Amino acid sequence: MTVPLVEMKDVHKSFYGVHVLQGVNFDVRPGEVHALMGENGAGKSTLMKILTGIHTNDKGTIYVKGEEITFSHPKEAEKAGIAVIHQELNIIPNLSVTENMFLGKPLTYGKWGINKQKEMRQKTVEYLQRLGIEINPDIQAGKLSVGQQQMIEIARAVSTNAEVIVMDEPTAALTEVEIETLFEVINHLKQSGTGIVYISHRMEEIFQLCDRISVLRDGGYAGTKEVGETSYEEIVKMMVGREIGQKYPPRTAEPGDVRLRVENLTDAEGLFENASFEVRRGEILGFAGLMGAGRTELMELLFGSRKKVSGEVYVDGERLRIRNPHDARKAGIGFITEDRKEEGLVLNLSVRENLALTNLNKLSDKGIMSNNREKEFVGSMIERLRVKTSGQEQKLKTLSGGNQQKIVIGKWLGIEPSVLILDEPTRGVDIGAKKEIYHIMNELTEQGVAIIMISSELPEVLGMSDRVLVLHEGSINGVFAREEADQESIMQAATGGGLTNE
Amino acid sequence: MNNGGSFKGTLQKIGPLLGLVLLVIVLTMLNPSFLSLNNIFNVFRQVSINALIAFGMTFVILTGGIDLSVGSTLALAGALTAGFMSGGIDPVLAMLLGLLAGALMGAFNGVVITKGKVAPFIATLATMTIFRGLTLVYTDGRPISDIPQNFSFEMMGQGYLFMIPFPVVTMFAAYVILYFVLKKTTFGRGVYAVGGNEEASRLSGLRVDGIKIGVYSLTGMLSALAGIILTSRLYSAQPTAGTMYELDAIAAVVLGGTSLTGGRGWIFGTLVGALIIGVLNNGLNLLNVASFYQQVVKGAVILLAVMLDRKKEA
Repeated sequence: MTVPLVEMKDVHKSFYGVHVLQGVNFDVRPGEVHALMGENGAGKSTLMKILTGIHTNDKGTIYVKGEEITFSHPKEAEKAGIAVIHQELNIIPNLSVTENMFLGKPLTYGKWGINKQKEMRQKTVEYLQRLGIEINPDIQAGKLSVGQQQMIEIARAVSTNAEVIVMDEPTAALTEVEIETLFEVINHLKQSGTGIVYISHRMEEIFQLCDRISVLRDGGYAGTKEVGETSYEEIVKMMVGREIGQKYPPRTAEPGDVRLRVENLTDAEGLFENASFEVRRGEILGFAGLMGAGRTELMELLFGSRKKVSGEVYVDGERLRIRNPHDARKAGIGFITEDRKEEGLVLNLSVRENLALTNLNKLSDKGIMSNNREKEFVGSMIERLRVKTSGQEQKLKTLSGGNQQKIVIGKWLGIEPSVLILDEPTRGVDIGAKKEIYHIMNELTEQGVAIIMISSELPEVLGMSDRVLVLHEGSINGVFAREEADQESIMQAATGGGLTNE
Repeated sequence: MNNGGSFKGTLQKIGPLLGLVLLVIVLTMLNPSFLSLNNIFNVFRQVSINALIAFGMTFVILTGGIDLSVGSTLALAGALTAGFMSGGIDPVLAMLLGLLAGALMGAFNGVVITKGKVAPFIATLATMTIFRGLTLVYTDGRPISDIPQNFSFEMMGQGYLFMIPFPVVTMFAAYVILYFVLKKTTFGRGVYAVGGNEEASRLSGLRVDGIKIGVYSLTGMLSALAGIILTSRLYSAQPTAGTMYELDAIAAVVLGGTSLTGGRGWIFGTLVGALIIGVLNNGLNLLNVASFYQQVVKGAVILLAVMLDRKKEA
């Protein structure tokens, strides 16, 4: 057997005490396309960041062509022949194709001399030809399609003599024709002995293109399969299958009348057309779908932080006018956003100031804050959510992920919401805090709150929702009652398969 | 808990004050007349105009913005007030109208920045020129000096209250009110939150645009107040008044330890920062340092202070 180009053995990594990778094995052989799969948050990107020198593993070894190696900087990985094509391309639109190819490392006469324009242009044509593609090397990169820009990145990787190329969701933004071209290029690379790591959610592509599939689940290693010896079903099971029995507390609330009704929401960018759904009192409606399916965007539309063209929102039968988040909050709608650092918290402010942020009205009289009421409110919230903090004045940035998330939740519990939207409420949160968050959700539904939960973790959706709504590319592609929902049918609806239940 | 952190925090907070005290001690040793009551009042009076503007600037910078138009606002508001008075309008009403004009100029900045989505630096750079131009248009490029004798107006720049120069009284009154606004009101909370994380503030349902328009209006009004004081002091409105005042105001805010990226800072620091600049000006004069060198020294002190501040953060 040939020596793998890279091999990662028993890799462990944790951030702030949360284990994100535990004992993962992964290797890439020359001339193979190796798919890396797993749900969002399973640890794929962390593993790749270790491979490319952005993060350093806590435990485990990495071998490049059989030799043990540690990367402490991305440059070192690059030197070892590992290149990444990110989902967001590294192309400077106002520079030419040639200039993009030699970005940061131009060919010059002497060390600091004049650029060898002709030679660079010549080389660019050569590299592109080697991949079997034709692009004018003088054209501005911004004028090219996304697919063509991606080709430039691949050619750039080839020009640095990369032997392993990691492609992160390379087809996410491509058209059918461009995907075909990409696959041809990948086959070219394969033949020349390059190893490809292919990260994608698209099962079909993977079975068409790849040689082996490795699956991560919850930061653990779920196994590696030869494509010829496995099936769609087996891979899905490896990705999501696990005991979900005790992980989720039993749902106790009985759904009542319709609390939130959303009718014909249409946005300005053409992502959604006439999206309609409803949530009952005390019900948890799970929103499933792949990344980029538009779940978060739909919630932003409902919450007024994204521009809508038409559509109505009713709470308890009353039609609301929501033009911005301020209106939504006043109407009793809370939104626990996905990205707590960017959208949920002011990290430089204290626990007290953050918790008060959504509740300034009730903690003040005529615009003047009431110290006592604020301290009391914050104290009770810390106690109710069991936030581990040294006090009300602790700065948010020094809290752990789980405790930060509790503060975001607390902010919105304070408004006593009638509708609460939770977007990936347990992402980057450890098991203990996860469970507490589930309990809080149960408690709220018992009080009649209508909850919408977006989650990319299928077991979480199945374990917590009363109903599951599946979104695929902006349209609602299935609504399942709890009893009839299972991972296979949801995955199918999320990847575009038909089968819509009532 | 976490004593190291809070000790460091305290040091960071009193740093500017320590600097001021040190400066005063050194200057007194070099020239004992520095610490005379007369001179102290003198320093405070010189500081008051810059301090008023810098108080407003603190709010703006806390939201992550900047206002370069304060000097022009000062000039236009001062000229309008003088013009109204020479036109026969009741002086008190004229001053109120001047303040209103300043607030409106600030509100205009705020609307351009929020609704027009123009970066604060660019927006206020443009209005700095616009307001200055309007001042020249209004005054025809000449000082307005035919201001009728009036006690209330004279009081603003030249009066005393129990021996304390009235501009100093005004400055401290503004300080107390603004300290309260920043610390104890929902508006103040909003200012810190917007500067700390604008997106999170918006998604928390804060009226971010309203808060921003508010801080620029406040700064405009305080600049107008400074303009009225200056006009009263000279008993004449100069069309070129307040040129480069934005730099002293920004320097005072930064010397006081407020972060230019927004979200962190305090108004007490700004008061201290303004005093440092004032003491430095006064002290260098007392020591007979040539005015050209004074500028060099002032710039060097600002640079040094900010570099020390950055080091503490690291």
